[in-house]
Amino acid sequence: MKKAYDIIIVGGGIVGCSIAFEMAKRGHSNILLIERGYLSGGATGRCGAGIRQQWGSVLNATLAVESTHIFENLEEYTGYKGNCGLNQAGYLLIACTEKEWDQFQKNLEVQHQLGVDSYPVDLEKDVYKYVPFINTDGIYGATFCQKDGHADPFHCTFAYAYGARQLGVDILTYTEVLSLKAEGGKIKGVSTTKGDFEAPMVINCANAWAPGLAAQVGDEIPVFPERHQALVTEPVAPMGPNGPMPMVMSFHRKFYVQQSPHGSFIMGIAETEPVSFNIRSSWQFLEECCGVICDTLPALRGLRVVRQWAGLYDMSPDRNPIIEFSKNAEGLITICGFSGHGFMVAPRTAILVAKHLCNEQDDLDIKRFSADRYRTGELLLEPSVV
Amino acid sequence: MADQILICRCEDITKERLLEVIAEGYETIDEIKRATRAGMGPCQGRTCRQLIAQELSKIYGVPMEEVLMPTFRAPVKPISMGTLADAHKKGGE
Ligand SMILES: Cc1cc2nc3c(=O)[nH]c(=O)nc-3n(C[C@H](O)[C@H](O)[C@H](O)COP(=O)(O)OP(=O)(O)OC[C@H]3O[C@@H](n4cnc5c(N)ncnc54)[C@H](O)[C@@H]3O)c2cc1C
Repeated sequence: MKKAYDIIIVGGGIVGCSIAFEMAKRGHSNILLIERGYLSGGATGRCGAGIRQQWGSVLNATLAVESTHIFENLEEYTGYKGNCGLNQAGYLLIACTEKEWDQFQKNLEVQHQLGVDSYPVDLEKDVYKYVPFINTDGIYGATFCQKDGHADPFHCTFAYAYGARQLGVDILTYTEVLSLKAEGGKIKGVSTTKGDFEAPMVINCANAWAPGLAAQVGDEIPVFPERHQALVTEPVAPMGPNGPMPMVMSFHRKFYVQQSPHGSFIMGIAETEPVSFNIRSSWQFLEECCGVICDTLPALRGLRVVRQWAGLYDMSPDRNPIIEFSKNAEGLITICGFSGHGFMVAPRTAILVAKHLCNEQDDLDIKRFSADRYRTGELLLEPSVV
Repeated sequence: MADQILICRCEDITKERLLEVIAEGYETIDEIKRATRAGMGPCQGRTCRQLIAQELSKIYGVPMEEVLMPTFRAPVKPISMGTLADAHKKGGE
């Protein structure tokens, strides 16, 4: 195995793998990607993998829309022979207060500027055409976008990794990066459980663990781990009007629930959580999640839960990602802080990073993602996030 | 024919499919579970974990104890959402 590369990527989640692929695609494939466990074993493989374009800020909507276009043919894009499981059964977003409904109207304007086909749904006449058995008590309004949906997070990651490998990227799994090596203000490489590797550029995509690595060279990244749990039921026949039930999501009631093409329902709620790396599952979550979701969708009461798990959100102060070019160790880039929606924006974020590193023109300004924004106050604010 | 043997009954994964993903480079039970869904069905891998572990142990020549075992995830037995929802309501009042 080689000991020196042009670029070392730390983290084999969707972010690390997509960046490896986008760089390799641009002719830079002398890359080593290092993952502590197996590919997708971090937040990526624990996520709901929901993909929505119904965002409230131009920035998030742009990232999500352009990423969705890539998810729509990720297999072809990467040459992967598996199935990435994209299912565009739509998202029904429900508003539970007048204020939230007003916000949804503004969000629709943003979405329409970007060509997203989202629209309000009449609660009395039409909502049943999307989710036949919804209990509309306490719901003020709803919007729908057919092109929203979800994908298989394992296969999407494997697809990017496959594409990257085909182009010459080396991937080392079950290997932990123990420390970053810097000298004279420049990054030099990493020390791992399988020895040292050198590179003049290190891209730190270790999600909730990224700030800890960055801190070794003196970079302060204000991102904190927060446990989020999910559960899955046994598979049942499609419960949507023409296939799996669309995603139903409420910011106010803080839940999401979707049916996978395979028939199982995957769901989660936002709980109040302390800052912690704890990813143990709790009984409280099982009961609360089922309680909250059965109120809106009583028809799910008969479904049996087969598994629950937890993962970490990498929370940033404005709940949007940070792309930080180190001032202490030139050549180190830290990318984290996706705050629970990193899967759906990863494809476009990887392009943003790769284009910047390859001096290509981009409509999006990568500097806006710097952690400097917490000093200057130019935050990336998003009104609609769970 | 032997390769049509079912390894994971819940998700219909045959030995042929298992050997296929191993040939593609998936090396551990954790990876195979994500690539094929083996072990994600209602029984949560009670039977197939052992069978996959045996296969991996044979192919890679490592002892069974060293084949990386995935975590068992709660609930250990399937339980209905309604039962859980009612437990939540009771706890809340
Ligand atoms: C329950 C839950 C539900 C979610 N639902 C959604 C959703 O519906 N839609 C959406 O878009 N997003 C969702 N997310 C968020 C999404 O999962 C993340 O934003 C995204 O997966 C982040 O990808 P990543 O590659 O940055 O992180 P990860 O997938 O965590 O990858 C980082 C990798 O780095 C590795 N690593 C860490 N430290 C080291 C080290 N020292 N050496 C080597 N490797 C290391 C880890 O093992 C890990 O595999 C959800 C998250 C959770 C937890």
